[in-house]
Amino acid sequence: MTVSFLILAVLTVAGMAAAMGLRNAVHCVLALTVGFAGVAALYLQLGAQFVGFTQIMVYVGAVAILAVFAIMMTHSPTPVQLPAYSSRWAWGIVVAAAVFSVLAWAIRSGTASSQVLPPQPDIDVQQIGEALMHRFVLPLEIMGLLLTAALIGAVVIAMDRKEEPK
Amino acid sequence: MSSLQSYLLLSSLLFSIGLAGALTRRNAILVLIGIELMLNAANLNFIAFWRYGPNPSKLTGIMFAIFSISVAAAEAAVGLGIILAAYRHSKTTDLDQMNSLKG
Repeated sequence: MTVSFLILAVLTVAGMAAAMGLRNAVHCVLALTVGFAGVAALYLQLGAQFVGFTQIMVYVGAVAILAVFAIMMTHSPTPVQLPAYSSRWAWGIVVAAAVFSVLAWAIRSGTASSQVLPPQPDIDVQQIGEALMHRFVLPLEIMGLLLTAALIGAVVIAMDRKEEPK
Repeated sequence: MSSLQSYLLLSSLLFSIGLAGALTRRNAILVLIGIELMLNAANLNFIAFWRYGPNPSKLTGIMFAIFSISVAAAEAAVGLGIILAAYRHSKTTDLDQMNSLKG
């Protein structure tokens, strides 16, 4: 466990905990971008450069902006201060803590500690592109179909149908 | 403690943070963001297992992570569209007030 891993882990956990804990929704999304960038830096540390930059482009660039747009569009004009947490929030914390303790117990008692770090693989974008075009071409096509369907579906769902009779 | 173990512990901690957020927040958008955090934790697991696995040059973990990120992006777009439609219908994103499926 290196110092850089510790710094990135603390940054990521702090960003994501703030994203889930702050009261103002816009502040939550700002903290969320910090957490996503921390995860991208962890990918870079693990040697997956392409996934790291994809993470920055998709999550920091697209998902966070989309969430900010959604928060602005659903912002209520009346300044009613609603509680930020559900009425049974303690049960949520208990369930999450139980899940974490079970996962941590499984990780500590598993065989993950016997794994040694293999030498750094030499992965460049050309290899990823060739793998996507040969070995993984069917998943790539299915993913394109899924993204097209999701794009059209999101537009259709969010469209404002004012002219239609109710 | 090995480094794979620390990555797995970090990702399970991120998963639990996302789960806690998805279970406790009242704003529907923040619940969706909590689900995104859980997906991110799974992606971190993919990459960590790829790096510490026996055959990193076969790129399987990277492909899994790329496809998982694409599915997460599609899910975010559709989820936020559904939240916008529900907001237009019930004029709130508060999940404690959205207690009816009837239109």
